[in-house]
Amino acid sequence: MKSSLKNMVIVLLAVTFVASLSVTAVYEVTKEPIALSKEKKIRDAIAAVVPEFDNNPSETKIVQNDGKEEIVIYTAKKGDEVTGYAIETYTKKGFGGEISLMVGFRSDGTIYRVETLSHNETPGLGNKIERSKSDFSVQFEGKNPEDFKLSVKKDGGDVDAITASTISSRAFCDAVERAYEVYKTISKNNNHE
Amino acid sequence: MNRLRLLTKGIIKENPTFVLLLGMCPTLGTTTSAMNGLGMGVATLFVLTLSNMAISLIKNLIPDKIRIPSFIVVIAAFVTIVQLCMEAYTPGLYNTLGVFIPLIVVNCIILGRAEAFASKNNVLDSALDGLGIGLGFTLSLTVLGAVRELLGNGSIFGMKLPFVEGDGILLFVLAPGAFIALAYLMVIFNKITAKTKQ
Amino acid sequence: MKNGKLIVSPSPHIHGPLSTKRLMSDVLIALIPAFIVSVIVYGVNALIVTAVSVAGCVLFEYLIQKYLLKGEPTIGNLSAIVTGVLLGFNLPSTLPIWMILLGALVAIGVGKMSFGGLGCNPFNPALVGRVFLLISFPVQMTGFVTPPKVDSLSGASMPTEINADAVTDAVSGPTLLGYVKESLANGLTTEDIANRLSYNDMLLGFKSGSLGEIAAMALLLGFLYMLCRKVITWHIPVAVLGSMFIFSGITWLIDPMHYMNPAFHLLTGGAILGAVFMATDYVTSPMSHKGMLVYGVGIGVITMLIRLWGSYPEGMSFAILIMNAIVPLINKYMKPKRFGVCPAKIR
Repeated sequence: MKSSLKNMVIVLLAVTFVASLSVTAVYEVTKEPIALSKEKKIRDAIAAVVPEFDNNPSETKIVQNDGKEEIVIYTAKKGDEVTGYAIETYTKKGFGGEISLMVGFRSDGTIYRVETLSHNETPGLGNKIERSKSDFSVQFEGKNPEDFKLSVKKDGGDVDAITASTISSRAFCDAVERAYEVYKTISKNNNHE
Repeated sequence: MNRLRLLTKGIIKENPTFVLLLGMCPTLGTTTSAMNGLGMGVATLFVLTLSNMAISLIKNLIPDKIRIPSFIVVIAAFVTIVQLCMEAYTPGLYNTLGVFIPLIVVNCIILGRAEAFASKNNVLDSALDGLGIGLGFTLSLTVLGAVRELLGNGSIFGMKLPFVEGDGILLFVLAPGAFIALAYLMVIFNKITAKTKQ
Repeated sequence: MKNGKLIVSPSPHIHGPLSTKRLMSDVLIALIPAFIVSVIVYGVNALIVTAVSVAGCVLFEYLIQKYLLKGEPTIGNLSAIVTGVLLGFNLPSTLPIWMILLGALVAIGVGKMSFGGLGCNPFNPALVGRVFLLISFPVQMTGFVTPPKVDSLSGASMPTEINADAVTDAVSGPTLLGYVKESLANGLTTEDIANRLSYNDMLLGFKSGSLGEIAAMALLLGFLYMLCRKVITWHIPVAVLGSMFIFSGITWLIDPMHYMNPAFHLLTGGAILGAVFMATDYVTSPMSHKGMLVYGVGIGVITMLIRLWGSYPEGMSFAILIMNAIVPLINKYMKPKRFGVCPAKIR
């Protein structure tokens, strides 16, 4: 078809209009499932790291800003009693940059479980921080950072580093430590109430 | 018969990965496992078939000079639709493929087929062409992903092989391994096609 | 010269009375002192690793040449043996045998025969094998055993609070470079480290590391032999080591508390092995002397960049491979001067 200014403008407008219309339609349809799946992802991550609870932790969401990044705290409750805290923490010291963790504390401050949310560590080495890949993160469970020094043994701490992945192990400790600092301020506030 | 050939040519004769060497970016980037390769392949297959059909439908209405922009808009719309659907219904796959899904827009296979085939043929043929090329792409990505997963992880489709312990050859799940695996698969592919031609 | 036709092949072209076989046997002779030291330090393990690596390389070259390329056997020119020895020299003494064989397969199969055999490979085959293993099996490839005759990293005793690994695994330890990088990153200064190093031991080879990289003196002996036999010229090794010396010298002068001195950098890791034996590989290094200097400086600078600021403690093998990739460019722009041709007129 021969091009003229008129038909070019009309056709391009029509094409973009139809395209945006269909994208809008699909967006409307998928809006709810997307929100649900995002919600579910957070809830699953929380449920994995704190002991039993019956509230909806997302409603207790507190966002703390340490000047650089946001740390999100979810409080798990059974009835009125606080059973634990799930703290979404981060570190930028990973071998592949940022690592994002969900650290669960019992109300007495012991670590219940640590789940890795996202990371860019080397497959086969640094990605052993994932609970499904190795027992590295299991050694944190049931430990209270008060008497369990959160740094690798090479640096004088109590954590067994992943073989050949000291940087990732260190970063992991850094993120857990950050979560613990947040936990301390939060639990203090709660006890005052 | 002719239609059947349209469907099958993408698998061997005009295989987009091993013969045409198109779409190398997603090919090398996403094939860390067989499942990822398959997912990427299927997503591309959808976009390719749908955009081929749509472009074939409107081919006579589009002025020559704005052919490429119109095609890109159509393709981008389909990619966004596929992306939204994947985010909604297969969130796991969506998370692993990440940035590569929106990048389907610039996959040269899709624009290539739109320009070379869909803009000159009828809707049914274009659909078959997109399906055939998409199948070839999916197949190559799955094979490449399977090889890399097998060598790099000792597993296939996430299932650990019974007699393998520990990690595999790590290089193959990393980027350089993608190049090496692709090169040797291409060697094998060429060897096979050369034999069938004789 | 099959069929009697003239075959135009990529460089380097063999000319004069030198045959590949003679050159390669000279390289092998030059490697003997370093080999002896590695056997003294690591015992029978060094022998096994080197033997397996050589046998693997020769076997794979033979099989690929005969059954895949269907050509005349080429193992007679000894180049596969040299590749095998160099690969073995780049491995720790504790590597499992199947990994050595895999490394040999990659070195010969991927690094050399894929490109058409000797003379056509753009990358040093032994280094292709080593880097493949290093990336694929980082745990095994960096788990160096402290030599039995050495009571710590470098002969001198090391306080236990730093050598925490010794508690869990008494024999495995980092290389000197790895140890120093770790310590500096943890806030120790070079002074703290310096009194634990013994330069004598570093010269003689009593330190942990790959088989062939430990003995600086023995490697230099090999270098002298190759120079005398005119197997290599001085350009590449001197350019590599010289640029490393200058680079580390500058950082050391700027901040002597946090950067090790140049002597340390030259004596540790694969600096000498790489500069003398790996970077000077005929096929993968430039042809003109000027090109060799550029190539050598490139290797030295990249090595120091990786050592000081990269995530790996040692960067020699990566540096050589990176510069290998640039060799065709160097050859293009720095052609050897043609003999008997007047220089171009000055415009």
